[in-house]
Amino acid sequence: MKPWTKWALGICVLAAGAAAFVWSLNRRDEVDVRISVALAPSNSLIARGAYLALAGNCMGCHTARGGKQYAGGLGIATPFGTVFSSNLTPDANTGIGSWSPAHFWRALHNGRSKSGRLLYPAFPYTSYTHVTREDSDAMFAYLRSLPAVNQANRPNTLRFPFNSQAALAVWRALYFTPGVYQPETVRTAEWNRGAYLVTGLGHCSACHAPRDALGGTRHSLALAGGLIPMQNWYAPSLASPHEAGVGNWGKEQIVSLLKTGVAPGASVSGPMAEVVLRSTQYLTQQDLGAMAQYLKELPDASPPPEAPAPARTAKDSANTEKAAKLYEQHCAQCHGDKGQGVANAYPPLAGNRAVTMAATENLVQMVLGGGFAPATAGNPRPFGMPPFVLVLSDSEVAAVITHIRTSWGNQAGDITAMEVNRIRANQAD
Amino acid sequence: MKKTWFEALARRMAALFLMGCSLLLAGVGPALAAAPFEDSMAQRTLACTACHGPQGRAAPDGYYPRLAGKPAGYLYNQLLNFREGRRHYGLMTQLIAPLSDAYLLEMAQYFSNLEVPYPAPLPSPAPAGVLRLGRQLVMQGDASRKLPACVQCHGQAMTGVAPNIPGLLGLPRDYLNAQLGAWKAGQRRAHAPDCMKEVVERMSLEDINAVASWVAAQPLPADTHPVASLPALAPGSIDIACASAGLAAPDTAPTKAQK
Repeated sequence: MKPWTKWALGICVLAAGAAAFVWSLNRRDEVDVRISVALAPSNSLIARGAYLALAGNCMGCHTARGGKQYAGGLGIATPFGTVFSSNLTPDANTGIGSWSPAHFWRALHNGRSKSGRLLYPAFPYTSYTHVTREDSDAMFAYLRSLPAVNQANRPNTLRFPFNSQAALAVWRALYFTPGVYQPETVRTAEWNRGAYLVTGLGHCSACHAPRDALGGTRHSLALAGGLIPMQNWYAPSLASPHEAGVGNWGKEQIVSLLKTGVAPGASVSGPMAEVVLRSTQYLTQQDLGAMAQYLKELPDASPPPEAPAPARTAKDSANTEKAAKLYEQHCAQCHGDKGQGVANAYPPLAGNRAVTMAATENLVQMVLGGGFAPATAGNPRPFGMPPFVLVLSDSEVAAVITHIRTSWGNQAGDITAMEVNRIRANQAD
Repeated sequence: MKKTWFEALARRMAALFLMGCSLLLAGVGPALAAAPFEDSMAQRTLACTACHGPQGRAAPDGYYPRLAGKPAGYLYNQLLNFREGRRHYGLMTQLIAPLSDAYLLEMAQYFSNLEVPYPAPLPSPAPAGVLRLGRQLVMQGDASRKLPACVQCHGQAMTGVAPNIPGLLGLPRDYLNAQLGAWKAGQRRAHAPDCMKEVVERMSLEDINAVASWVAAQPLPADTHPVASLPALAPGSIDIACASAGLAAPDTAPTKAQK
């Protein structure tokens, strides 16, 4: 045998071995869809499924803007292209009318479509795999009770090689382990319920965990905070007292934030406002309490504190004065001359972690686009912040944000006009 | 003698200076003086009035239209249109995304009930021929092209019809042109059947410019309120199906369950 054929043979064997390994990793805990289980869709099962679908915020992605409920078609932009959500109504041709409960369970548990095709993890099956079969069946019964909508799924527009099943198989081998949530026996039932909801249907890690260059989350259970791809909002760490960690909060405060969108000194905005609006406000006090308990006990994963801001030079003082004037003119009316805010209306800026945390994307988003807290049953008429995108230049936004990060005892770093421009340039139009 | 003259001048200058200052203060005062917080709809809609002007009286640039006094159903439908992708402006869509139907309706009713005087219209620089065409299309339409008159739906005085059809007066030409243009380009839509879409499809760009130019130059009548019901259809006029106009009055039922 010639040396080059030896090499070629060796490479072939290695490639085949690697492919077999990836294949076997993709078959872990595989569901046998040939085993059919008849479902008796009682009203109580359907009601439970409806509740679980809210906990999973299924409709948030599976309904397009202005489209029919659960008929899919919403584009989810990712760094690899756009993934379109699918039709979950019981239409036989375009929806899940021809699916069995086992097909649906396999989609949640293994991330496979009815045909066995691998699904893109924009559908967060990396979290939903924690859901029990019982809950999966309830959700399936609920979805099958919806009116059927005939609306064909839109093909994804992903770039090569991300559009190939082989690439997806490798991704799954790296980042996906199927497995139903296993209760920790040393913990309370409440903590376990919270863990089940937070790591499963709640799919909090989809935003609150850092992603690497391939869009994978390796330490998703830590909820250490992450930049939401494409949206340029930062989902703060739920494990750090410097960001959105709630270890020191009272349970009722956490429940209030998830139930109503506001809590003393805090409110949700941006993507989290939509989560509260569409999902968490509908959860029971008991389930929210369980989630709060779990979040309170997350192990502290504080990022190293930022270096203190350098001493200000004479050149800075002119900027400081300009920034203070901008603050007085545009912000003080609502947030107060000392950043104290107005109780039950406008959050304080002094001592607010959302202002002082290292990531500044959300501050820029709020100043440019403004926003309301979600209008929930518990806070039906929220106050709002006007957009300043047309009023303030990049350097003015940077100046005023630097001002609020360094005044009234706040000791965070400066931000530059360039950082503002990066977000302004990517805003939706 | 000379001293008295100088003193008089100095006094006059001082008086002018003070007057100038007080004028400046009067003008700038309300903007600078922090209005005390109040638990009101005015406070809640500061995010709206930042662009649409105090009390929703329109922004000076012409692109953020007046909200004050428009029919509540019209305003509410526009909010839903932005939220559901029938109208496009990222800033608007993003701002109202987390709000409920009930709250959007309350905002619509708040602005609808505001009584704010209208500014006098600017005289149109358009040639007389253009204005003549504009007036004709607005008042009579063009039966040969099945183009209904604007006043057929927007009211004989063009102040709109409660609760869903907006008035046309008090809007700058640029805004009217932009909206009719957006309809023509499919960028602005309403509930189907979308009557405005059909109407605008039958209009040329010259028609649009003529209508916008003439309407923008018309003074407001003494009663600026939307009328209570549609005028009777004149014989020979073109009937047109319109879903928005027929939507249930929003104070009885929001059109869509809360998402």
